[in-house]
Amino acid sequence: MIGLTHYIVVAAILFVMGVLGIFLNRKNIIVILMAIELILLAVNLNLVAFSAALHDLVGQVFAMFVLTVAAGEAAIGLAILVIYFRGRGTIAVDDVNRMKG
Amino acid sequence: MIQAIAFYLFAIVVIASAAMTISSRNPVHSVLWLILAFFNAAGLMVLAGAEFIAMLLVIVYVGAVAVLFLFVVMMLDIDFSELRAGFVRYLPVGLALAVALAAEIIIGVGAWSVGGVNLGKRIAPIAEQTPNIQAIGDLLYTRYLFVFEAAGLVLLVAMIGAIVLTHRKRPGVRPQIISRQVARRPEDATRNVKPAIGQGVEL
Repeated sequence: MIGLTHYIVVAAILFVMGVLGIFLNRKNIIVILMAIELILLAVNLNLVAFSAALHDLVGQVFAMFVLTVAAGEAAIGLAILVIYFRGRGTIAVDDVNRMKG
Repeated sequence: MIQAIAFYLFAIVVIASAAMTISSRNPVHSVLWLILAFFNAAGLMVLAGAEFIAMLLVIVYVGAVAVLFLFVVMMLDIDFSELRAGFVRYLPVGLALAVALAAEIIIGVGAWSVGGVNLGKRIAPIAEQTPNIQAIGDLLYTRYLFVFEAAGLVLLVAMIGAIVLTHRKRPGVRPQIISRQVARRPEDATRNVKPAIGQGVEL
């Protein structure tokens, strides 16, 4: 039967893949944002799995709040990306340190 | 039995599509794989009995966030091949870090499965008869009302911030100003002239 451990293992693999995605696509900030979405998805999966296993609804409520923050983060991140591209013509994040001041 | 088949199907597809998301050559394909991952994660959540969060995941992530990603990827004219330059160079470090993280989580899960730490009582036990959405609503609008409003505030700030960041006044564009059109009178716009014969008109 499917237990809590199965869910935790799937969420852990998903989380690790998100971290790996940040490392592999160091230059492409769009894929970095997608990897962050994967990490938040893994967190949500963990919250829901524990909520179901412990018969406690608070985990699902907090999964909703994580979803809210993820949506806001994606919107703001992509907005910053758009204005960065508008001024620079590229999205290579190596050049971001030129932005000081 | 059918639950186990469904779980393993969803789990395998979600992990495979996550792997394709981070390793895909074309970011448009990455977004599409991300959508597949979200759908299968929603399936996993339905399997765990959290229908509301699963539907929220499909609506918010697939309907809004992934479409936003797709929109930005397609709107910006980017040469993606040069952005992949460091892929092989960062692979060993990334893999080492990923393995270390995975090992830590596995150690944690292993220690927990022997016997968990008792972290106190349950706050909102799930009643058997109440539907999932009703139970979440009961909790959300009573105990977590202020947190819920703070979440709304976060979304409001994100929306205003995104508008302020991306909105720009473009010079050289001549928009229609309806109030000026309506306020224009014939006396201001026309002029009676009496030209001398053979002189032409100077306007």
